[in-house]
Amino acid sequence: MSQTIRAAFPALSRPGFHYLDNAAMAQIPGLVSEAIASLNRVARSNVRRGLHEAALRADEAYDSARATVGRFLNAPAEEVVFTGGCTLALNMAAWGLGRKLGPGDEVALSRLEHHSACLPWMSLAEDRGFAIRWLPVTHEGRLDLDHLGAIVTPCCKVVAVTHASNVTGAVSDLPRLAEAAHGVGARLVVDGAQMVPHGRVDPRSLGADLYAFSGHKAYGPTGIGVLWGRAEVLQSMTPMVVGGGMVDAVGDDDVTWADPPHRFEAGTPPVAQAVGLAAALDWMMSLDGQEIHQQEAALTWHLLDGLGSMAGVKIVGPRGLEARVPVVSFTVEGCHPHDLAHLLAERGVAVRGGAHCARPLMAALGLEEGTLRASLAPYSDRSDVEALLVGLAEAVKVLR
Amino acid sequence: MSDEMYGAAIKDLAAREPVSLAHPDKSVTLDNPLCGDRVSLGLRLEGGRVAALGHGVKGCLLCKAASSVAAEQALGLDAAGAAQLLDQVRGMLKTGGEPAFPALAAFLPVRPHKSRHDCVLLPFKALSKALRP
Repeated sequence: MSQTIRAAFPALSRPGFHYLDNAAMAQIPGLVSEAIASLNRVARSNVRRGLHEAALRADEAYDSARATVGRFLNAPAEEVVFTGGCTLALNMAAWGLGRKLGPGDEVALSRLEHHSACLPWMSLAEDRGFAIRWLPVTHEGRLDLDHLGAIVTPCCKVVAVTHASNVTGAVSDLPRLAEAAHGVGARLVVDGAQMVPHGRVDPRSLGADLYAFSGHKAYGPTGIGVLWGRAEVLQSMTPMVVGGGMVDAVGDDDVTWADPPHRFEAGTPPVAQAVGLAAALDWMMSLDGQEIHQQEAALTWHLLDGLGSMAGVKIVGPRGLEARVPVVSFTVEGCHPHDLAHLLAERGVAVRGGAHCARPLMAALGLEEGTLRASLAPYSDRSDVEALLVGLAEAVKVLR
Repeated sequence: MSDEMYGAAIKDLAAREPVSLAHPDKSVTLDNPLCGDRVSLGLRLEGGRVAALGHGVKGCLLCKAASSVAAEQALGLDAAGAAQLLDQVRGMLKTGGEPAFPALAAFLPVRPHKSRHDCVLLPFKALSKALRP
Protein backbone atom coordinates (compact mmCIF):
# COMPACT_ATOMS: atom_id res chain seq x y z
CA MET A 1 0.00 0.00 0.00
CA SER A 2 2.86 2.39 0.79
CA GLN A 3 3.95 2.26 -2.88
CA THR A 4 0.54 3.44 -4.10
CA ILE A 5 0.56 6.20 -1.52
CA ARG A 6 4.17 7.09 -2.27
CA ALA A 7 3.35 7.62 -5.92
CA ALA A 8 1.02 10.46 -4.93
CA PHE A 9 3.94 12.45 -3.49
CA PRO A 10 6.12 14.06 -6.18
CA ALA A 11 8.95 14.85 -3.75
CA LEU A 12 9.44 11.17 -3.01
CA SER A 13 10.18 10.20 -6.61
CA ARG A 14 13.82 11.21 -6.25
CA PRO A 15 15.94 8.02 -6.22
CA GLY A 16 17.87 7.47 -3.02
CA PHE A 17 15.83 9.96 -1.03
CA HIS A 18 14.65 8.53 2.29
CA TYR A 19 12.50 11.03 4.13
CA LEU A 20 12.16 10.20 7.81
CA ASP A 21 11.64 13.71 9.17
CA ASN A 22 7.87 13.67 9.01
CA ALA A 23 7.42 14.83 12.60
CA ALA A 24 8.95 18.15 11.53
CA MET A 25 7.16 18.43 8.21
CA ALA A 26 5.38 15.87 6.07
CA GLN A 27 5.60 15.82 2.29
CA ILE A 28 2.66 17.06 0.27
CA PRO A 29 0.61 15.04 -2.24
CA GLY A 30 0.37 16.42 -5.77
CA LEU A 31 -3.38 16.76 -5.44
CA VAL A 32 -2.93 19.18 -2.53
CA SER A 33 -0.57 21.37 -4.55
CA GLU A 34 -3.11 21.29 -7.38
CA ALA A 35 -5.99 22.25 -5.06
CA ILE A 36 -4.03 25.32 -3.96
CA ALA A 37 -3.06 26.21 -7.51
CA SER A 38 -6.64 25.77 -8.69
CA LEU A 39 -7.99 28.08 -6.03
CA ASN A 40 -5.48 30.72 -7.00
CA ARG A 41 -6.46 30.33 -10.66
CA VAL A 42 -10.24 30.57 -10.34
CA ALA A 43 -11.14 31.87 -6.89
CA ARG A 44 -8.42 34.17 -5.65
CA SER A 45 -10.27 36.70 -3.59
CA ASN A 46 -10.72 37.76 -0.02
CA VAL A 47 -13.46 35.93 1.88
CA ARG A 48 -16.60 37.18 3.65
CA ARG A 49 -16.21 40.60 2.05
CA GLY A 50 -16.89 40.60 -1.69
CA LEU A 51 -19.94 40.10 -3.90
CA HIS A 52 -18.23 39.31 -7.18
CA GLU A 53 -17.87 35.88 -8.69
CA ALA A 54 -14.33 35.18 -7.50
CA ALA A 55 -15.28 36.25 -3.98
CA LEU A 56 -18.27 33.92 -3.95
CA ARG A 57 -16.11 31.04 -5.12
CA ALA A 58 -13.53 31.83 -2.45
CA ASP A 59 -16.26 31.95 0.20
CA GLU A 60 -17.53 28.59 -0.92
CA ALA A 61 -14.06 27.04 -0.97
CA TYR A 62 -13.18 28.41 2.46
CA ASP A 63 -16.46 27.31 4.05
CA SER A 64 -16.10 23.92 2.44
CA ALA A 65 -12.56 23.60 3.83
CA ARG A 66 -13.87 24.30 7.32
CA ALA A 67 -16.55 21.66 6.89
CA THR A 68 -13.92 19.13 5.79
CA VAL A 69 -11.82 19.77 8.87
CA GLY A 70 -14.99 19.38 10.92
CA ARG A 71 -15.64 15.98 9.32
CA PHE A 72 -12.07 14.90 10.07
CA LEU A 73 -12.55 15.87 13.73
CA ASN A 74 -16.15 14.64 13.93
CA ALA A 75 -17.14 18.17 14.89
CA PRO A 76 -19.41 20.94 13.63
CA ALA A 77 -17.70 23.38 11.28
CA GLU A 78 -18.46 26.24 13.69
CA GLU A 79 -16.02 24.69 16.16
CA VAL A 80 -13.14 24.83 13.68
CA VAL A 81 -10.90 27.91 13.77
CA PHE A 82 -8.29 28.33 11.03
CA THR A 83 -5.02 29.78 12.30
CA GLY A 84 -1.60 30.49 10.87
CA GLY A 85 -0.26 27.27 12.38
CA CYS A 86 -0.30 25.06 15.43
CA THR A 87 1.97 27.39 17.39
CA LEU A 88 -0.42 30.26 16.87
CA ALA A 89 -3.37 28.02 17.76
CA LEU A 90 -1.71 27.02 21.04
CA ASN A 91 -0.87 30.65 21.84
CA MET A 92 -4.50 31.57 21.15
CA ALA A 93 -5.64 28.79 23.47
CA ALA A 94 -3.35 29.99 26.26
CA TRP A 95 -4.40 33.60 25.83
CA GLY A 96 -8.08 32.73 25.61
CA LEU A 97 -8.11 30.62 28.74
CA GLY A 98 -5.19 32.07 30.68
CA ARG A 99 -5.27 35.81 30.46
CA LYS A 100 -7.67 36.17 33.36
CA LEU A 101 -5.81 33.76 35.63
CA GLY A 102 -3.73 35.13 38.46
CA PRO A 103 -2.03 34.40 41.76
CA GLY A 104 -3.45 31.30 43.40
CA ASP A 105 -4.36 29.70 40.07
CA GLU A 106 -2.38 26.88 38.54
CA VAL A 107 -1.84 25.44 35.08
CA ALA A 108 -0.61 21.86 34.73
CA LEU A 109 1.81 21.25 31.86
CA SER A 110 3.27 17.94 30.84
CA ARG A 111 7.02 17.58 30.50
CA LEU A 112 6.41 16.05 27.09
CA GLU A 113 5.40 19.40 25.65
CA HIS A 114 6.89 21.03 22.59
CA HIS A 115 7.99 24.60 23.30
CA SER A 116 5.04 25.80 21.23
CA ALA A 117 2.73 24.24 23.79
CA CYS A 118 4.48 25.12 27.05
CA LEU A 119 6.04 28.52 26.36
CA PRO A 120 2.71 30.35 25.84
CA TRP A 121 1.68 29.26 29.34
CA MET A 122 5.07 29.97 30.91
CA SER A 123 5.14 33.42 29.37
CA LEU A 124 1.61 34.18 30.53
CA ALA A 125 2.34 32.82 34.01
CA GLU A 126 5.25 35.23 34.38
CA ASP A 127 2.99 38.11 33.42
CA ARG A 128 -0.15 37.14 35.37
CA GLY A 129 1.34 35.50 38.42
CA PHE A 130 -0.28 32.08 38.23
CA ALA A 131 1.77 28.95 38.90
CA ILE A 132 2.92 26.21 36.53
CA ARG A 133 2.81 22.63 37.81
CA TRP A 134 4.67 20.03 35.76
CA LEU A 135 3.28 16.58 35.08
CA PRO A 136 6.29 14.24 35.23
CA VAL A 137 7.35 11.60 32.74
CA THR A 138 8.38 8.01 33.25
CA HIS A 139 11.87 6.79 32.30
CA GLU A 140 10.19 5.47 29.13
CA GLY A 141 9.17 8.96 28.09
CA ARG A 142 5.46 8.57 28.82
CA LEU A 143 3.37 10.83 30.98
CA ASP A 144 3.46 9.59 34.57
CA LEU A 145 -0.13 9.86 35.74
CA ASP A 146 0.35 8.13 39.10
CA HIS A 147 0.38 11.45 40.92
CA LEU A 148 -2.15 13.21 38.75
CA GLY A 149 -4.42 13.93 41.72
CA ALA A 150 -1.63 15.73 43.57
CA ILE A 151 -0.97 18.05 40.65
CA VAL A 152 -4.42 18.62 39.22
CA THR A 153 -6.06 20.14 42.29
CA PRO A 154 -8.93 22.64 42.65
CA CYS A 155 -6.34 25.41 42.08
CA CYS A 156 -5.77 24.01 38.59
CA LYS A 157 -7.63 25.86 35.86
CA VAL A 158 -6.05 24.32 32.77
CA VAL A 159 -4.29 21.07 31.95
CA ALA A 160 -2.21 21.32 28.77
CA VAL A 161 -0.80 18.15 27.25
CA THR A 162 0.38 16.76 23.98
CA HIS A 163 -1.70 14.01 22.38
CA ALA A 164 1.47 12.36 21.06
CA SER A 165 5.03 13.31 21.96
CA ASN A 166 7.16 14.73 19.16
CA VAL A 167 10.18 13.09 20.83
CA THR A 168 9.18 9.72 22.24
CA GLY A 169 6.05 9.09 20.17
CA ALA A 170 4.14 8.22 23.36
CA VAL A 171 0.39 8.80 23.14
CA SER A 172 -1.17 10.45 26.18
CA ASP A 173 -4.17 8.99 27.97
CA LEU A 174 -6.51 11.88 27.18
CA PRO A 175 -9.69 10.41 28.74
CA ARG A 176 -7.90 10.00 32.08
CA LEU A 177 -6.43 13.49 31.88
CA ALA A 178 -9.83 14.91 30.93
CA GLU A 179 -11.47 13.19 33.89
CA ALA A 180 -8.88 14.68 36.25
CA ALA A 181 -9.13 18.15 34.69
CA HIS A 182 -12.91 18.27 34.51
CA GLY A 183 -13.15 16.84 38.02
CA VAL A 184 -11.69 20.08 39.38
CA GLY A 185 -13.35 22.36 36.83
CA ALA A 186 -10.23 22.78 34.67
CA ARG A 187 -10.07 22.80 30.88
CA LEU A 188 -8.05 20.30 28.87
CA VAL A 189 -5.94 21.81 26.05
CA VAL A 190 -4.34 19.32 23.68
CA ASP A 191 -1.52 19.69 21.16
CA GLY A 192 -2.47 17.26 18.40
CA ALA A 193 0.31 18.13 15.96
CA GLN A 194 1.88 14.65 16.06
CA MET A 195 -1.37 12.67 16.27
CA VAL A 196 -3.40 14.06 13.39
CA PRO A 197 -0.93 12.92 10.66
CA HIS A 198 -1.66 9.32 11.60
CA GLY A 199 -5.45 9.25 11.28
CA ARG A 200 -8.74 10.83 12.19
CA VAL A 201 -9.17 12.21 15.69
CA ASP A 202 -12.35 12.88 17.65
CA PRO A 203 -11.21 15.40 20.28
CA ARG A 204 -14.64 15.76 21.85
CA SER A 205 -14.97 12.06 22.58
CA LEU A 206 -11.45 12.05 24.03
CA GLY A 207 -12.43 14.77 26.50
CA ALA A 208 -10.48 17.69 25.05
CA ASP A 209 -11.81 21.22 25.38
CA LEU A 210 -9.40 22.73 22.87
CA TYR A 211 -7.34 20.79 20.31
CA ALA A 212 -4.69 22.23 18.00
CA PHE A 213 -2.81 20.87 15.03
CA SER A 214 -0.80 22.08 12.08
CA GLY A 215 -1.28 21.67 8.36
CA HIS A 216 2.31 21.05 7.30
CA LYS A 217 2.64 17.92 9.43
CA ALA A 218 -0.65 16.56 8.04
CA TYR A 219 0.35 16.57 4.34
CA GLY A 220 -0.98 20.09 3.88
CA PRO A 221 0.74 23.39 3.16
CA THR A 222 2.66 25.55 5.60
CA GLY A 223 1.03 28.60 7.15
CA ILE A 224 -2.13 26.87 8.27
CA GLY A 225 -3.23 25.33 11.54
CA VAL A 226 -6.44 24.53 13.33
CA LEU A 227 -7.79 25.28 16.76
CA TRP A 228 -10.82 23.16 17.48
CA GLY A 229 -12.84 23.99 20.57
CA ARG A 230 -16.08 22.95 22.16
CA ALA A 231 -18.59 25.63 21.20
CA GLU A 232 -19.13 26.76 24.77
CA VAL A 233 -15.38 26.98 25.40
CA LEU A 234 -14.70 29.04 22.26
CA GLN A 235 -17.66 31.26 23.15
CA SER A 236 -16.10 31.98 26.56
CA MET A 237 -12.75 33.00 25.09
CA THR A 238 -11.54 36.44 24.05
CA PRO A 239 -9.42 36.68 20.92
CA MET A 240 -5.65 37.17 21.07
CA VAL A 241 -5.45 38.76 17.63
CA VAL A 242 -7.96 41.46 16.69
CA GLY A 243 -8.68 43.20 13.42
CA GLY A 244 -10.96 43.07 10.42
CA GLY A 245 -13.68 40.47 10.06
CA MET A 246 -13.95 39.36 13.68
CA VAL A 247 -16.36 41.88 15.22
CA ASP A 248 -20.12 42.38 15.10
CA ALA A 249 -20.05 46.01 16.20
CA VAL A 250 -17.44 48.66 16.88
CA GLY A 251 -18.33 51.79 18.83
CA ASP A 252 -16.19 54.58 20.20
CA ASP A 253 -15.89 52.85 23.55
CA ASP A 254 -16.81 49.24 23.02
CA VAL A 255 -16.72 46.35 20.61
CA THR A 256 -18.82 43.24 20.24
CA TRP A 257 -16.85 40.22 19.13
CA ALA A 258 -18.29 38.04 16.40
CA ASP A 259 -19.28 34.52 17.33
CA PRO A 260 -16.69 31.77 16.90
CA PRO A 261 -15.06 30.73 14.69
CA HIS A 262 -14.85 34.18 13.02
CA ARG A 263 -14.00 35.81 16.34
CA PHE A 264 -10.60 34.15 16.14
CA GLU A 265 -9.84 34.83 12.48
CA ALA A 266 -8.85 38.49 12.37
CA GLY A 267 -7.69 39.89 9.06
CA THR A 268 -7.48 38.04 5.77
CA PRO A 269 -7.43 34.35 6.61
CA PRO A 270 -5.10 31.85 4.92
CA VAL A 271 -7.69 30.86 2.31
CA ALA A 272 -5.49 28.90 -0.09
CA GLN A 273 -3.75 27.15 2.78
CA ALA A 274 -7.11 26.18 4.31
CA VAL A 275 -8.21 24.73 0.98
CA GLY A 276 -4.91 22.85 0.74
CA LEU A 277 -5.28 21.48 4.25
CA ALA A 278 -8.81 20.34 3.48
CA ALA A 279 -7.54 18.54 0.38
CA ALA A 280 -4.88 16.83 2.51
CA LEU A 281 -7.40 15.73 5.14
CA ASP A 282 -9.78 14.54 2.42
CA TRP A 283 -6.90 12.49 1.03
CA MET A 284 -6.23 11.03 4.47
CA MET A 285 -9.91 10.17 4.93
CA SER A 286 -9.84 8.35 1.60
CA LEU A 287 -7.27 5.88 2.97
CA ASP A 288 -8.06 2.77 4.97
CA GLY A 289 -7.17 3.96 8.46
CA GLN A 290 -6.79 0.47 9.87
CA GLU A 291 -4.47 -0.58 7.08
CA ILE A 292 -2.36 2.55 7.52
CA HIS A 293 -2.13 1.92 11.24
CA GLN A 294 -0.96 -1.68 10.70
CA GLN A 295 1.55 -0.65 8.06
CA GLU A 296 3.03 2.08 10.27
CA ALA A 297 3.13 -0.29 13.25
CA ALA A 298 4.97 -2.99 11.28
CA LEU A 299 7.52 -0.48 10.06
CA THR A 300 7.95 1.02 13.53
CA TRP A 301 8.61 -2.45 14.90
CA HIS A 302 11.21 -3.07 12.20
CA LEU A 303 12.87 0.23 13.09
CA LEU A 304 12.80 -0.42 16.86
CA ASP A 305 14.11 -3.94 16.33
CA GLY A 306 16.90 -2.78 14.03
CA LEU A 307 17.99 0.02 16.32
CA GLY A 308 17.75 -2.21 19.37
CA SER A 309 20.18 -4.68 17.84
CA MET A 310 22.87 -2.03 17.23
CA ALA A 311 25.61 -1.66 19.84
CA GLY A 312 25.45 1.56 21.81
CA VAL A 313 22.00 2.57 20.60
CA LYS A 314 19.46 3.50 23.24
CA ILE A 315 15.81 4.05 22.37
CA VAL A 316 14.38 7.15 24.02
CA GLY A 317 10.72 6.32 24.43
CA PRO A 318 8.49 3.28 24.46
CA ARG A 319 10.16 0.16 23.10
CA GLY A 320 6.86 -1.39 22.12
CA LEU A 321 3.97 -0.51 19.83
CA GLU A 322 1.30 0.14 22.43
CA ALA A 323 -0.07 3.70 22.57
CA ARG A 324 2.50 5.30 20.33
CA VAL A 325 2.83 7.03 16.99
CA PRO A 326 5.67 6.12 14.58
CA VAL A 327 8.09 8.67 15.97
CA VAL A 328 11.26 7.04 17.29
CA SER A 329 14.03 8.87 19.14
CA PHE A 330 17.34 7.36 20.09
CA THR A 331 20.89 8.11 21.11
CA VAL A 332 24.14 6.47 20.06
CA GLU A 333 26.88 6.22 22.64
CA GLY A 334 29.84 8.45 21.84
CA CYS A 335 28.17 10.13 18.86
CA HIS A 336 26.42 13.47 18.90
CA PRO A 337 22.97 13.44 17.22
CA HIS A 338 23.85 16.41 15.06
CA ASP A 339 26.95 14.71 13.63
CA LEU A 340 24.92 11.57 12.93
CA ALA A 341 22.11 13.54 11.28
CA HIS A 342 24.68 15.24 9.04
CA LEU A 343 26.29 11.97 7.95
CA LEU A 344 22.88 10.36 7.39
CA ALA A 345 21.83 13.31 5.25
CA GLU A 346 24.92 12.70 3.13
CA ARG A 347 23.53 9.21 2.57
CA GLY A 348 20.12 10.47 1.49
CA VAL A 349 18.45 9.79 4.83
CA ALA A 350 16.57 12.76 6.27
CA VAL A 351 16.22 12.61 10.05
CA ARG A 352 16.32 15.22 12.78
CA GLY A 353 18.96 15.59 15.49
CA GLY A 354 18.69 17.85 18.50
CA ALA A 355 16.40 18.74 21.35
CA HIS A 356 13.28 18.88 19.13
CA CYS A 357 12.04 22.06 20.86
CA ALA A 358 11.40 19.98 23.97
CA ARG A 359 13.94 21.19 26.54
CA PRO A 360 11.79 20.35 29.60
CA LEU A 361 11.64 16.73 28.45
CA MET A 362 15.34 16.60 27.57
CA ALA A 363 16.18 17.88 31.05
CA ALA A 364 13.89 15.33 32.70
CA LEU A 365 15.47 12.48 30.76
CA GLY A 366 19.03 13.75 31.20
CA LEU A 367 19.55 14.21 27.47
CA GLU A 368 21.41 17.50 27.25
CA GLU A 369 22.70 16.71 23.77
CA GLY A 370 19.29 15.72 22.44
CA THR A 371 18.39 12.71 20.36
CA LEU A 372 18.25 11.52 16.80
CA ARG A 373 14.67 11.15 15.64
CA ALA A 374 13.21 9.13 12.79
CA SER A 375 9.53 9.72 12.11
CA LEU A 376 7.40 7.74 9.70
CA ALA A 377 4.38 8.52 7.54
CA PRO A 378 1.97 6.38 5.50
CA TYR A 379 4.33 6.66 2.51
CA SER A 380 7.34 5.37 4.45
CA ASP A 381 8.50 1.91 3.46
CA ARG A 382 11.00 -0.75 4.40
CA SER A 383 13.67 0.71 2.14
CA ASP A 384 13.56 3.94 4.17
CA VAL A 385 14.14 2.09 7.42
CA GLU A 386 16.85 -0.07 5.87
CA ALA A 387 18.63 3.01 4.54
CA LEU A 388 18.55 4.51 8.02
CA LEU A 389 19.92 1.40 9.69
CA VAL A 390 22.70 0.90 7.12
CA GLY A 391 23.53 4.61 7.06
CA LEU A 392 23.62 4.80 10.83
CA ALA A 393 26.09 1.92 11.07
CA GLU A 394 28.33 3.67 8.53
CA ALA A 395 28.01 7.05 10.25
CA VAL A 396 28.97 5.59 13.60
CA LYS A 397 32.10 4.06 12.01
CA VAL A 398 33.06 7.46 10.60
CA LEU A 399 32.69 9.15 13.97
CA ARG A 400 34.45 6.55 16.13
CA MET B 1 30.05 12.67 0.79
CA SER B 2 31.42 14.71 3.68
CA ASP B 3 32.87 11.87 5.72
CA GLU B 4 36.25 13.57 5.33
CA MET B 5 34.90 16.39 7.47
CA TYR B 6 35.31 14.01 10.37
CA GLY B 7 38.98 13.35 9.71
CA ALA B 8 41.73 12.67 12.22
CA ALA B 9 42.57 16.34 12.73
CA ILE B 10 39.03 17.24 13.82
CA LYS B 11 38.69 14.11 15.95
CA ASP B 12 41.98 14.80 17.72
CA LEU B 13 40.94 18.37 18.49
CA ALA B 14 37.55 17.23 19.72
CA ALA B 15 39.09 14.58 21.95
CA ARG B 16 41.12 17.09 23.94
CA GLU B 17 39.87 17.37 27.48
CA PRO B 18 38.36 20.77 28.31
CA VAL B 19 39.94 22.53 31.25
CA SER B 20 38.12 24.16 34.09
CA LEU B 21 38.99 27.43 35.77
CA ALA B 22 38.08 28.26 39.34
CA HIS B 23 36.86 31.77 40.17
CA PRO B 24 36.93 33.30 36.67
CA ASP B 25 36.75 37.08 36.29
CA LYS B 26 34.29 36.67 33.44
CA SER B 27 32.15 33.79 32.28
CA VAL B 28 29.76 33.31 29.44
CA THR B 29 27.54 30.52 28.12
CA LEU B 30 26.35 30.49 24.54
CA ASP B 31 23.86 28.12 22.88
CA ASN B 32 23.25 27.12 19.30
CA PRO B 33 19.50 26.59 19.38
CA LEU B 34 19.51 24.63 16.11
CA CYS B 35 21.39 21.63 17.46
CA GLY B 36 21.62 22.34 21.16
CA ASP B 37 25.37 22.93 21.26
CA ARG B 38 26.38 24.79 24.40
CA VAL B 39 29.75 26.40 25.06
CA SER B 40 30.73 27.74 28.49
CA LEU B 41 33.85 29.85 28.98
CA GLY B 42 35.49 31.21 32.09
CA LEU B 43 38.25 33.80 31.76
CA ARG B 44 40.86 35.25 34.07
CA LEU B 45 41.91 38.67 32.81
CA GLU B 46 45.02 40.76 33.28
CA GLY B 47 44.99 44.23 31.77
CA GLY B 48 41.97 43.33 29.65
CA ARG B 49 43.74 40.31 28.12
CA VAL B 50 43.06 36.62 28.67
CA ALA B 51 45.53 35.25 31.24
CA ALA B 52 43.83 31.92 31.81
CA LEU B 53 40.81 30.18 30.36
CA GLY B 54 38.49 27.34 31.26
CA HIS B 55 35.97 25.91 28.85
CA GLY B 56 33.29 23.29 28.63
CA VAL B 57 31.28 22.03 25.67
CA LYS B 58 28.05 20.11 25.38
CA GLY B 59 27.87 19.70 21.69
CA CYS B 60 28.76 18.03 18.46
CA LEU B 61 32.19 16.96 17.38
CA LEU B 62 32.77 20.10 15.30
CA CYS B 63 31.86 22.34 18.21
CA LYS B 64 34.15 20.43 20.57
CA ALA B 65 37.04 20.66 18.11
CA ALA B 66 36.45 24.37 17.55
CA SER B 67 36.33 24.94 21.29
CA SER B 68 39.78 23.39 21.68
CA VAL B 69 41.17 25.73 19.01
CA ALA B 70 39.45 28.77 20.51
CA ALA B 71 40.88 27.92 23.93
CA GLU B 72 44.41 27.63 22.49
CA GLN B 73 44.17 30.89 20.63
CA ALA B 74 42.54 32.86 23.43
CA LEU B 75 45.56 33.37 25.68
CA GLY B 76 46.77 36.95 25.44
CA LEU B 77 43.82 38.20 23.42
CA ASP B 78 41.88 41.33 24.28
CA ALA B 79 38.39 42.23 23.01
CA ALA B 80 39.67 43.45 19.64
CA GLY B 81 41.82 40.35 19.21
CA ALA B 82 38.90 38.01 19.99
CA ALA B 83 36.70 39.87 17.50
CA GLN B 84 39.44 39.55 14.89
CA LEU B 85 39.77 35.82 15.59
CA LEU B 86 36.02 35.38 15.11
CA ASP B 87 36.22 37.30 11.83
CA GLN B 88 39.07 35.09 10.66
CA VAL B 89 37.13 31.89 11.32
CA ARG B 90 33.94 33.32 9.82
CA GLY B 91 35.83 34.56 6.78
CA MET B 92 37.43 31.18 6.19
CA LEU B 93 34.10 29.39 6.40
CA LYS B 94 31.83 31.82 4.62
CA THR B 95 33.87 33.79 2.14
CA GLY B 96 36.64 31.37 1.24
CA GLY B 97 39.44 33.06 3.18
CA GLU B 98 42.63 31.15 3.82
CA PRO B 99 43.15 29.67 7.31
CA ALA B 100 44.74 32.41 9.42
CA PHE B 101 46.75 29.84 11.40
CA PRO B 102 47.49 26.14 10.87
CA ALA B 103 44.96 24.68 13.31
CA LEU B 104 42.09 26.32 11.42
CA ALA B 105 42.85 24.24 8.34
CA ALA B 106 41.19 21.27 10.04
CA PHE B 107 37.88 23.04 9.48
CA LEU B 108 38.27 23.63 5.75
CA PRO B 109 36.04 20.61 4.89
CA VAL B 110 33.20 22.31 6.81
CA ARG B 111 33.15 25.18 4.31
CA PRO B 112 30.58 23.69 1.88
CA HIS B 113 28.22 22.74 4.73
CA LYS B 114 26.57 26.01 5.64
CA SER B 115 24.29 24.42 8.23
CA ARG B 116 27.38 23.41 10.23
CA HIS B 117 29.18 26.76 10.22
CA ASP B 118 27.53 27.79 13.48
CA CYS B 119 28.84 24.64 15.18
CA VAL B 120 32.38 25.83 14.48
CA LEU B 121 31.72 29.50 15.14
CA LEU B 122 30.00 29.07 18.51
CA PRO B 123 33.15 28.87 20.71
CA PHE B 124 34.71 31.85 18.92
CA LYS B 125 31.49 33.83 19.35
CA ALA B 126 31.49 32.93 23.04
CA LEU B 127 35.08 34.13 23.42
CA SER B 128 34.32 37.40 21.67
CA LYS B 129 31.21 37.92 23.75
CA ALA B 130 33.07 37.20 26.99
CA LEU B 131 35.69 39.84 26.23
CA ARG B 132 33.31 42.49 24.94
CA PRO B 133 33.29 45.48 27.31
